[in-house]
This record gives sequence, C-alpha cells and structure tokens, in this order.
Amino acid sequence: MNALVRVMPALPGTLRRSSRMVERSVMVYRRTWMIIVSGFFEPLFYLLSIRIGFGALIGEVTVDGSLIDYAEFVAPALMASAAMNGAVYDSTMNIFYKLKHAKLYETVLATPLSPTEVAAGEILWALTRGLLYSIAFLICIVALGMASSGWILLAVPACVLIGFAFAAMGMAVTTYMRGWSDFEFIPAATLPMFLFSATFYPISSYGGWAWAVQISPLYHGAALVRAAALGDASWGIVGHVTYLVVMAGVGLAIAGRRLGTLLRA
Amino acid sequence: MASAIASLAVPDPSHPPVIAARSITKRFGDFEAVRGIDFDVARGECFGFLGPNGAGKSSLMRMVSSVSPVTSGELHIFGMDPATNGPAIRARMGVVPQTDNLDQELTVEENLVIYGRYFDLARSQCRDRARELLDFVKLADRAGSRVEPLSGGMKRRLTIARSLMNRPELLLLDEPTTGLDPQARHVLWERLYQLKEQGVTLVLTTHYMDEAEQLCDRLVVMDHGLIVAGGTPRGLIDEHATREVLELRLAASDRSGVAQHIGDLAVRVEDLPDRVLVYTPDGDEALARLRAAGVHPLGSLVRRSSLEDVFLRLTGRTLTD
Repeated sequence: MNALVRVMPALPGTLRRSSRMVERSVMVYRRTWMIIVSGFFEPLFYLLSIRIGFGALIGEVTVDGSLIDYAEFVAPALMASAAMNGAVYDSTMNIFYKLKHAKLYETVLATPLSPTEVAAGEILWALTRGLLYSIAFLICIVALGMASSGWILLAVPACVLIGFAFAAMGMAVTTYMRGWSDFEFIPAATLPMFLFSATFYPISSYGGWAWAVQISPLYHGAALVRAAALGDASWGIVGHVTYLVVMAGVGLAIAGRRLGTLLRA
Repeated sequence: MASAIASLAVPDPSHPPVIAARSITKRFGDFEAVRGIDFDVARGECFGFLGPNGAGKSSLMRMVSSVSPVTSGELHIFGMDPATNGPAIRARMGVVPQTDNLDQELTVEENLVIYGRYFDLARSQCRDRARELLDFVKLADRAGSRVEPLSGGMKRRLTIARSLMNRPELLLLDEPTTGLDPQARHVLWERLYQLKEQGVTLVLTTHYMDEAEQLCDRLVVMDHGLIVAGGTPRGLIDEHATREVLELRLAASDRSGVAQHIGDLAVRVEDLPDRVLVYTPDGDEALARLRAAGVHPLGSLVRRSSLEDVFLRLTGRTLTD
C-alpha cells in the first residue's frame, strides 16, 4: 500500500512519458502503414478456412451440454490466438532488434524516461496494434456470420488483455535472449499453446489432463473470448481475467527491472 | 540559429559547480573501471577527460550522464544526486555517446522531433528547434533523408543536434570526433566552440591531444581508472614536459652519446626504435651542441612540446588494449 501511495502522484507523468514510445512507433509506421493493413488479412484467411472447411465438415458440436455451431466454437479461440501471436511477435523480435541492434533504448534512457516507462510504452504500442487487429478480426467474424451474441463486442477488450499479458511476458523473456537463435524457442512455447488450449475442442476432451491445459495462458484467453462470443457469463471469467492480469503484472515488472540492469550497468 | 541556443545559461563564477565528484568508483564484477576520482566542473567551462582506451573515461561519462549508478562515492550534478533525481538531471543535460545511436527507422528531422518529445516539449516547438538545429549543424538539406545513407561526419553532427534539442546547460561528449576526417572535425570544433560561447558547459572525452588543446579550459589525464594529472593544457605541458622537443634520426652508432653531448639542456632523453626524443628548453641550442660534438643526425626536427608528450609521459607508450 505504501509503495502504491508513493507511485500514485507520479503516475500521470509516467503515463505521459510512456506514451512517447507509442508516438515514436506511430511515426515509424506512418510510412509503412501497409504492414498494419496486411494484418487484416490474417483473420480473414483463418476464418474463411474454418467457415468453408471445418464448419461444413463438422457442423455442430456439444459443449457443456449445449449444441453450438463448430465455427462459432473455434472462431473466438482463433481470435485469442491471433492476439497472442501479434503480441508475442511485437514484444520479442521487434524489441530484441531495438534493444541489441538499433540501441534505441540506450538513446531513450539518456532522456528523462526510465526503463520501466520504456517497457510500458513499448507494451502500450503492442496493445494499440493488437486492438486494431482485434477489431479487424471481430469485423470478419460478424461479416462471415460466425457470431450469435451482441456480447461478442467484449471479445475486443478481452483480446487487449491477452495482448497485454503476452506482450509483457514476451518482453521479459526477450531481455534474457542472447542472440537470434534463442528465438527458436518461442514457437516451441506458442505452438503447443495454440494446439492444446481448448482451442479446437472443448476442455472436456482432455479428460484427466484438463489441469495441464489450464496452465496455458492461452486457455484462459480463449475461454474469455469464447465466453464473450457466446454471451456466456460465469464465475470462471473472474479466474481467467485474474490469471492474465497477474501474468501481465509479473511480465511488466520483470521487463522493467531487466531493462534497467541491461542498460544501466 | 541564435534563438535555439541563445537562452542557455551564461557562465557565473558564483554558481556552485555543475558537476561535483568525490572519490567515485565504478565496478563491474571484479573489474574496477573507475577507482576513486575527484573533480569539479564549473559552469560555462569546457572540461576534458584524456586517457588511453580502457582508462575508464566512458564509464565515468555514463555515470555523469545519470544512466549508470556510481558504485561508491558522491556525485552531484546541478547539485542533485543522480540516484534520486535522475530524470530531473537528464532533462537539463545533452548527451553525445561514443557511437552514434540514431534512430534508423526515422528520418533526420524525425530523429530530432521525437527526441524533443522524450523531453516533453510541445510538438510545434520540436519542429521549430529541429529546423534551427539542422541549420546549425548544416544538415537542413537532408531533413527528409533516412539516417543510414549519411556520412560519418553528418551522423555525428546530427547526434550533436539531437543532444541540443532540450537546450541543455551541460553537454557531455564521449569522443566526439573519433573516426572523422579533418574537415568534419574542424566543423565540429567550430560548433562546440560556438556552444561554449553561448554558455553551455562542455564535458568531453578524447584521445586526440589537439582536440583537447583546442577546446578544453581544463582537463585531467586518466589512466587505469585514476586521474594521474590535471590542469590547463598549457599548465600540464609546462609541468610534465619541456618547452621544446628535439626529434632526431640517428645512425645506430651515434645513439648512445646523445645525452652526454647535450648535457644540461637535455632534461630527458627517450630512445625509441625509430628515433630519439630530447626534451629540452631549447631545441636549436641542443642540436647545435650535438653537431659541435661531431654527431650529424640523418634528420632532425625541433618542435614545441604538446599535450601528446604529456600524455605519453603520464600513460606510457605501451598499448593498453
């Protein structure tokens, strides 16, 4: 509590300084806006493949005793996975390049910004980008008729939270990377998560291994987006949100501290 | 240009020192890069750190730029402690690092604008200052260019322009002209001199003696993490060298008797593989004595001694890294 009181008055300044990193990214992407636009095609292709392929093949499935369209079951999980992938990419490769090769943070730390503000600013940018992609994803879901509830709008903030958790943790992990070859480990973590987070079939299918699935942060992200998409409110949501908020907080704390030790030696 | 830097502080001898360091050290694991040094930098002066590679200059600069904490000792900048007032100190300081770390993803002008934004300047102010500073460093015609194709000298000038965006009272330059051609160096010196005229306190590291002599009011020589000498450039030369140096190329048989022939005019004789240096108050007279003794050098040169002689005297001729 004491620490919180000390931090509070400084918060507006911190937020403003962090937002400078977002401003820089906007400056960079102003010229390369096509990169951002290209991100809109990813959800479209994903969803089309489900709609055309699986949807027709599988039809309806039973989840927790109720019958739903398979495409409606999978689409939210894909949206959550896309949020994860975008955040991980932004916070690992991009951050590593700026940290080790462009020496960007070295430059910025000669100004009044602190390492934590830099970390927060970069994550804020990852979230801004994630927000745009999530909106695009949502538009595609609705356009392809894969949504049945108006609550699906809440899938967007849910994806921002997923992005926050993964971007913070991704950045924390990146501060430990020694070279580009270390990035080979990232798909080794994200691919199993993508496949085994109750993304393509309900958690009940895992039988006695359900507890292992629940370790995966993407499981909580997908469950959250799915709950929004199906308009399915339950106490489980609190658990999912808590898991992701804690992950974001821990990631941010580690990233800020590690950037400090790396750049302030 | 005047308006971009005219408002910078004017030297005032009654002010407390801009930088005050008392037995500061910097340790990296077992290695002690800076081993307890003291110095003050007064407002408006140009203060230099000279030393061979690995002397601890850069570690020292990083501490002064309030990026790297001191391991022990006391450091105050603008009367504040970097450990607790880092952001406030950095807000009033400009930093030119040893290697240019310009933002490769932005244009020349954008580099300046975003840097001003890091200091919380209004966007319009950033654009105005960027334009003024690009004029100041003669890069106005490259405003829209990417950073990558610029020459080394241009990048250096841009880095200096960037360091001036917040109108610093104190400018730290870590080897500002290393790797530049003579023209580029002279343009930089000119600019730095102008800044000093406008009252900016300059602190620089260099291993170019001519640079130190040109720019610095006072300087210290560092070696192995310690200050080994300090003073004005002229004072250091007077104290640690003689007025003149007689450089001789001699036949091998003539080398041994040099000191003897010149006698009391040879304060110190240094026997190098390619030549013999005689440190003396009067080079011409020393040479005359040598000739009178029947020694005829293959080549000879009488020159004023320079900071380089002081530097080599104090830090030795052995390569340090």
